[in-house]
Amino acid sequence: MLQRLEHLLGIEDLTREQISFILDQAKPFQEFQRHPLKKLATLRGKTVAIAFFENSTRTRISFATAAARLGADTMNLQAEASSLKKGESLLDTVRTLEAMRPDGLVIRHSSSGAPEFVADRLGVPVINAGDGTHEHPTQALLDALTIRDRKGHLEGWNLTILGDVLHSRVARSNIHLLSKFDVRITLCGPAMWVPRELETLAPTVRRVTRIEEALDGADAIIALRVQTERLHEPALAAEEYILRYQLTPQRLKLARPGALVLHPGPMIRGLEIDDAVADGPQSCVLEQVTNGLAIRMALLYHLVGGAAVEPPPAKGPDKSQ
Amino acid sequence: MRVVEKRQLLSAEEIGRTLNRLAHEIVEKSGGTKDLALIGVRRRGVPLSERLAKTVKDFSGVEIPVGTIDITLYRDDLSTVGPQPVVHSNEISFSVDDRDLVIVDDVLYTGRTIRAAMNGLFDLGRPKRIRLCVLIDRGHREMPIEATFIGNSVQTSDTEIVEVHLKEIDGDERVVLVDRVP
Amino acid sequence: MPTTNDRLLLIKNGRLLDPASKTDAQHDVLLHGPRVVRVGPDLTSSDAEIFDATDMIVAPGFIDLHCHLREPGQEMSETIETGTRSAARGGFTAVCCMPNTQPVNDNASVTRSIVDRAAAAGAVRVWPIGAASVGSKGEALAEIAAMKDAGIVAVSDDGKPVATARLMRQVMDYCNSLDLPVIDHCEDPSLFAGGVMREGPRSIRLGLKGIPAESESICAGRDVELAILTRSRLHIAHMSTTGALEYVRHAKKQGMRVTCEVTPHHFTLCDEDVRYDTNYKMNPPLASRADRTALIAGLADGTVDAIATDHAPHHPASKDVEFDRAPFGIIGFETALALTLSELVHSGKISLPRLVELFTTGPARVLGIERKIAVGGSADITIFSPDLAWTYHASESPSKSRNTPFDGRTFRGAPVATIVAGQIVYCRELGATA
Repeated sequence: MLQRLEHLLGIEDLTREQISFILDQAKPFQEFQRHPLKKLATLRGKTVAIAFFENSTRTRISFATAAARLGADTMNLQAEASSLKKGESLLDTVRTLEAMRPDGLVIRHSSSGAPEFVADRLGVPVINAGDGTHEHPTQALLDALTIRDRKGHLEGWNLTILGDVLHSRVARSNIHLLSKFDVRITLCGPAMWVPRELETLAPTVRRVTRIEEALDGADAIIALRVQTERLHEPALAAEEYILRYQLTPQRLKLARPGALVLHPGPMIRGLEIDDAVADGPQSCVLEQVTNGLAIRMALLYHLVGGAAVEPPPAKGPDKSQ
Repeated sequence: MRVVEKRQLLSAEEIGRTLNRLAHEIVEKSGGTKDLALIGVRRRGVPLSERLAKTVKDFSGVEIPVGTIDITLYRDDLSTVGPQPVVHSNEISFSVDDRDLVIVDDVLYTGRTIRAAMNGLFDLGRPKRIRLCVLIDRGHREMPIEATFIGNSVQTSDTEIVEVHLKEIDGDERVVLVDRVP
Repeated sequence: MPTTNDRLLLIKNGRLLDPASKTDAQHDVLLHGPRVVRVGPDLTSSDAEIFDATDMIVAPGFIDLHCHLREPGQEMSETIETGTRSAARGGFTAVCCMPNTQPVNDNASVTRSIVDRAAAAGAVRVWPIGAASVGSKGEALAEIAAMKDAGIVAVSDDGKPVATARLMRQVMDYCNSLDLPVIDHCEDPSLFAGGVMREGPRSIRLGLKGIPAESESICAGRDVELAILTRSRLHIAHMSTTGALEYVRHAKKQGMRVTCEVTPHHFTLCDEDVRYDTNYKMNPPLASRADRTALIAGLADGTVDAIATDHAPHHPASKDVEFDRAPFGIIGFETALALTLSELVHSGKISLPRLVELFTTGPARVLGIERKIAVGGSADITIFSPDLAWTYHASESPSKSRNTPFDGRTFRGAPVATIVAGQIVYCRELGATA
C-alpha cells in the first residue's frame, strides 16, 4: 500500500513508488488541459493559500491556475506586498493565514527548511514551491514527467545538469528524483559552483568542469539559469560563462542524437542557452510548462482534496453508483 | 459484518441476451446509428459499452464510436471513496459536439455517478442528446435521473449490493445480489 | 553571592579527586564557613552537618571559562541571576562571562556593574572577561588596565575574532604586560561570509550556506604565530577543528603559553546531526566527524586544556524562526558534565581524574590561578555522581532560555551538589528521577 502523502516538502524522502504514482496521476490532468472547458468542481469550496516570500511569476501563476482549474479559491501572498517586509516573522505571517483557515498552503521561501518549519506548526497540507537552495520538488516532478513522456520511461538514461549547481534547488531535487530511477547524472559548471561534495548526494552522480566531457553521451540536459546576482560572488564575467558553458547548437551535437534540452525557466537567452537551442526541436521548455500545470493539479487534488478524506466507515453500501 | 450472497440475478447467458436486446433497442430508438456514440463509465461501463458497440457492428455493419469517461474528478462525495482516490484519464477520441450520446454503466442506483458523468461530458463540448443505458436499475434514486435503456429492474433494500461480474474485469460472468449481515 | 557563614559541613564517603595535589582517594573534607579546614580519611566532627557522598566524586569547584550571561542589555534571554543558577545546577562554582553584552564590557564601569550585580544576585562566582577593543569593533584598544582593576580575568572580542593581525599583536603585547590571557574566537570573516553550518556534504544536502573549517584554522594560525612572536598568553575559544588543534599542538611543543578549550556539543555532535532545527545552529558550527575525533584525542592527550560550555542563551521566540535567520548558540551549563561523562568517560576515552582536570586545573591554568582542595583554601567544591541516571528537561532549568538539542535526553552521571565559599548553592533531590 502506497504510503499516503501529507505534505510535499521535498523529493529526497519520497519513494520511487510515490514518485511514479504522482507522475501517473498527472496524466489525466495533462489530458484535462486539452478540454475546451477547463474548470472542475473537484476542490470547490476549498481554499489554497499561495504564499510566495520570494519573487516568481511563472511558478506562482502555475499553482494559482492549477488551483483555479480544480475549482478551488486561492489566497495570494507575495513578499513585497506582505507584512514580512515590515518585520513580521514567518511564523506570524503563516499564523495569520492559518486563522483564515485555508485547506492547503503552497510556499516559496528564500530560507532552506522554511516549508518544513511551517508544516510542523500548521495543521494543513504544505507544498514546497522552492525553499532556499534546498529543494523545488514540483519542478523535478514536471521535469521527470517531460522526460518520461518523450523517452517512454525514466530508467537508465544519462542526464547532464549544467550551470550553478551549488546554489540550485532545481538541481538538487532533480538529482534526488532521477537517482532513485538509476539515471546517471553528470554535473558541470564553473568549479566554484560545482564542488566535489555534490557527488555525495547520490551514488550515480559525478562532477566535471569541462562541458565537452559533460555532454558526451547525454540523453537529456538541464540548463540552469545563471543567477546573475551570483556572478559577483566570486566575480565571474558573463563572457567567461558563455565561453565555457553556454549550451550552443555545436555543443549540443556532442550529446546523443535527439537528446532532450530542459530549462526550469526563466531563460536568459544568450547567456546559459543559445536561441537556436532554446527554440529547437530538442527543446522541451513549453512541455515543461504544461506538465507543470498537470503535476500541480495532481498534487493539489491529492493533498488538498484527499486531505479531507477519512477512510470510509464500515457501514452502508457504496451509494455512489 | 460479513457479506452473504442472496441470489443470482443474471447468469452469463442472460447477460449476453440482455446486452443483445439493449443493442437493438438503442439503434431502434435512435432511428439508426447516425451521430450515435457510446460512453462507458469506468470501470464496468467500459467493457459493456465495447460489447454493445460490437453487437451493433455485427447486425448493422456500422462501427459506432466508443469512449470512456472517468468520473472521479466530478464526484460530489470524495470523502466516502478512500484516502487517495486515484484519477484516470478519459479516453474520448472524438468530439462530443452535436453527438447523440448514450452513457453506459453497469448499475443505476442513486444517480450520482451519472450526474458526475454528465458534468464531465459537458466539459468536453455540447452533445445534442444524452441518454442512459444500464444493465441493472436497482431503484433508490437520489437525483432526477432516468435510464432509457434498462437491462433489468430489481427491487433492493438499502443494505443490499448488486455485484456485476464481467469476465474482462472479474474473470467470471454473472450478476448477484449480496447482503451485509452482522 | 553567598554571605559568610560559620557553618560546619562534613563531606563524607566520597572519592576525592584533586588533580592539583594529585589526590585520588577516599578522603573526607570538612568545611568551616568559607574555608576547607580538614582533608583526610575517616574524618569525624560532632557538630558538623554531614553530606553523604557515597558513590560520588568530590572535586574542586568547576570553572566554566566561557559563557554568556546577557546582562547588561539582553535580560530577556538571561540575567546574571538566572544564568548563575543554571551554572550551579551544572556543577560550576565559577563562570567567566564574555563581554558581548549591551553595552559591551569594554570599560571599568560596565565591569564593575557586572561584578556588583553578581555579588548581589549571582549564585556562583562570576569572573568577567573584558573586551579587547572598544565596542569589540576591532579598532582601538579597550581600557584593559582599568578593567583589570575592576575585576576582569581575561580579554576577548568573543562573538567575533580580534579583527586584524596588527590589532591582535597590540592586544597581546599589552595584555602580556598586564599578565592577562587573550582569548580569541577564531574566524575568518571572508570565509565565514553568511554561513550557517559547517561546509560539507550535509550543508549541500540541506541547502544551507556552509562555513569551511579553514575559517577557524586560518585565524588560529595567525593567533598562534603572533603568540609566539609576542611570547604572550593565548587561549583559543571553543576550538572545533583539526587545523586549529594542530596549531595549538605546535605552539605547546615550542613551550608557548597557548591553551585551548572545547565545548561539550563539539565533542558530542557533528555536522551530520544538523537538521532544520535551530538548536543545532551555533558558532563555531558543529564540525565534521573527523574533527570531532581529533578533538576527543586532544582532550585525552592533554593538548586541550579545558572544557567550556559557551552557554549562549537566546529568548525562545528569537530561535523559533527559519534556520538562516536564527541567532547562533545553545545553552549548556546543565548538560556539560553529563555529556563529558557519557561521551568521554563511560566510553573509555578519558579517565575521571582527567575529567576533573578539564573542569578545574585546566581552566585555572588558563586564568593563571590555582584550583584545589587544600586546608585553608576556599571551600569551592563540586560533588557529582558518575552513574546517576536522569533525564534532562530544559523546561525545568532556571535559565530563561531553552535552546538546547539535548532536551529530553537521558544521561548516566549528574552534578549532585555545588558548594561555593562553603554554601551549598545547588543540591540535587536524590531518590527522584529528575
